[in-house]
Amino acid sequence: MQLYGQSIESRLLIGTALYPSPAVMEQALKTSGAEIVTVSLRREAGGGKAGDAFWRIVSALGAKILPNTAGCRTVSDAVTTAQMARELFGTPWIKLEVIGDDETLQPDVVGLVEAATILVRDGFQVFPYCTEDLTVVGRLIDAGCEVVMPWASPIGSAKGIINPYGLKTLRARFPDVILIVDAGLGAPSHAAEALEMGFDAVLLNTAIAKAEDPVRMAAAFKLAVEAGRTAYEAGLMPARDFASPSTPVVGTPFWHAAS
Amino acid sequence: MVLMVNGERQEVAATTVRALLGELDYEGDFLVVAVNHDVVKRAQWDEIELHDGDRVEILTPRQGG
Repeated sequence: MQLYGQSIESRLLIGTALYPSPAVMEQALKTSGAEIVTVSLRREAGGGKAGDAFWRIVSALGAKILPNTAGCRTVSDAVTTAQMARELFGTPWIKLEVIGDDETLQPDVVGLVEAATILVRDGFQVFPYCTEDLTVVGRLIDAGCEVVMPWASPIGSAKGIINPYGLKTLRARFPDVILIVDAGLGAPSHAAEALEMGFDAVLLNTAIAKAEDPVRMAAAFKLAVEAGRTAYEAGLMPARDFASPSTPVVGTPFWHAAS
Repeated sequence: MVLMVNGERQEVAATTVRALLGELDYEGDFLVVAVNHDVVKRAQWDEIELHDGDRVEILTPRQGG
């Protein structure tokens, strides 16, 4: 797939947070085969080297960096954080989050469109984290987003796709836009479902990082994403309400027409 | 001069970003600074003057989803 002109093979994007240790994170990221990893920016205290230590591990992976504006609640905070990320990481890519509600971490879609508009004009290549609202996604595309990232369900909830109708509608209405399902996926089957529906990729973090064995779960998600995409390309049969025998009826032993 | 550095009130003598980082014992190399919501590029760390009441954010890469 092409993300802002960059050719990416892996349809699994993963986050770098919540792993039990840096070593497990490193191994999980490698095992996942992900070519894109998300990172954040946080305040560093004087004398602190937490950022340096973390960055040494992540940069050694050679993955493309997708910085986020996680936690930002205003357009102004999100825009400045994006500009700081560009300065620090030297990338125009930004996973744009403008959070509107503390309990659900639901995006503030009004602020999101406003921030995306400002950042696209400033030369950013924006990956907006949004809800599955059709009109909002349309506005983000109008603002210049070539990639849009609707949620499956709230961040870290592991509920999977709670509104398949909404996501299917998005896919059908915007067939040529890169759509990445971001947030709420809890199991590899959820990721496979998103890919089977025709979504271009998935972005997740907690489902791998909080698994009992994050490295093996990274392997499971890698397989699920490949399976889902292959299934989509192979073309799934349509579902129906009643049975249809798979074994031929003609020649059934002892069968005779009712008289 | 009093600055708000990463949300905390700090009494400092520094008048530039580079001097501020030195005065507050920042040791890491990989950090980014904004003053009053404007990014200060590394090349400007000696040039941009800090003023009383400025809000300074000093950030580094961290785990994120």
